[in-house]
Amino acid sequence: MNKQITVTVNGTAHTLEVEPRLLLVHMIREVLSLTGTHIGCDTSSCGACTILLDGKSIKSCTVLAVQADGKSVTTIEGVSAEGQMNPLQEGFHLNHALHCGFCTPGMILRATELLAHNPNPTEEEIRWGIAGNLCRCTGYNNIVKAIQYAGAKMQGKPLPSTEPEFV
Amino acid sequence: MIAQPFQYESPGTLQEAIALLQKYGDEAKILSGGHSLIPMMKLRFATPEYLIDINRIPNLAFIKEEGGHVRIGGLSREADLEHSELLAKHFPIFADVTKLIADPQVRNMGTIGGNLAHGDAANDHPAVMLALHATVVATGPEGEREIPIDEFFYGFYQTALAPDEILTEIRLPVPAHGTGSAYHKLERKVGDYATAGVAVQITLDKDSTVKYIGIGLTNVNPTPLRAERSEKALFGKALSETLIAEAAQYASEDCSPSSDLRGSEEYKRAMVAVLVKRMIHKAVERARQK
Repeated sequence: MNKQITVTVNGTAHTLEVEPRLLLVHMIREVLSLTGTHIGCDTSSCGACTILLDGKSIKSCTVLAVQADGKSVTTIEGVSAEGQMNPLQEGFHLNHALHCGFCTPGMILRATELLAHNPNPTEEEIRWGIAGNLCRCTGYNNIVKAIQYAGAKMQGKPLPSTEPEFV
Repeated sequence: MIAQPFQYESPGTLQEAIALLQKYGDEAKILSGGHSLIPMMKLRFATPEYLIDINRIPNLAFIKEEGGHVRIGGLSREADLEHSELLAKHFPIFADVTKLIADPQVRNMGTIGGNLAHGDAANDHPAVMLALHATVVATGPEGEREIPIDEFFYGFYQTALAPDEILTEIRLPVPAHGTGSAYHKLERKVGDYATAGVAVQITLDKDSTVKYIGIGLTNVNPTPLRAERSEKALFGKALSETLIAEAAQYASEDCSPSSDLRGSEEYKRAMVAVLVKRMIHKAVERARQK
């Protein structure tokens, strides 16, 4: 039996008829055609499907669309306004924090919540903070720098060097 | 992976949820954080006909101190436990255990009630609850029922919960002055199940006599295991390295790990002994800091 739900995605309310077994990630990608949210492992291990649900980072492959009824979803398509990169996107860009880019939307959404709680995270706090997001290209060092860059930028602090680290 | 079709119910009160459980019996599953259940449904290891989502029921998520107990609502998220100042004050073990449960996104969803009600000896909270001598509160058609943690775990994915009961609360006795607690699991990578895990809570008086001891073991037995012989060896005695070594030896002998991809039986027993020693030392260090 289908269920009617209303979910606000990136500021726009959508009322949809969905099967209860529809996963939130499938609703986002296939019903709303927002394909910036990726499906990696499909087992809540890799973090590629990370989105914000009422401001909290969650893995949308392990949440049902019906669970998001009445809630607000933010995906990578909703993090910046008018084609301008937000501080995290800019940090990833300038610090070479992505190669293939598959993990990047999940990394950025996860880092959004991390910085909201802790605007000045240490390297260790960032590494624990992104423990649920796998990147198979960068070796993480530049991702750590990108998140620190964004934290500084959001607070109007002096920006750290963006010289890429080759290891 | 897509689950088998099911009917979704989202009751607004506990009474409604219990009525649905009575109506559907063992065809129904309760959806709490869903991070054990939904993966099982996607793999079709679990194929419930009805899913009863308790997330919209108010007042099931709380952490408060009342009448000598710390009360934790069953729907409290791992992330809530991780950042609770009240828990940090009485039970430093929660900071240890939550950091080792899956990852931040999963901890935003996963609940302590679900972690226990799943009845999985590989989960981390059961051993902690054994160490803290928790009481589980189950709410059913007749109202609330208290279940001592030692009577809660029955077998593989089996608990003392009846099909029409919901795990609504965990009650932990507030520990006496001079208490410390600690948990660690050996894991291959972040978020993995334990190769072996050990939870300890200990209370020492001024002469280092053990006034309270709780030791729980993770994933080295078909059910979460209390290291009873180890506790008896320590209780009422003056703590010494010899006694700690003895307790560690008993725990490694009394558990029943199976050889698997995480290690051989022999290796796991050896790790239980190492972790029991380390966690007693860490808990004692914390007890003496207070």
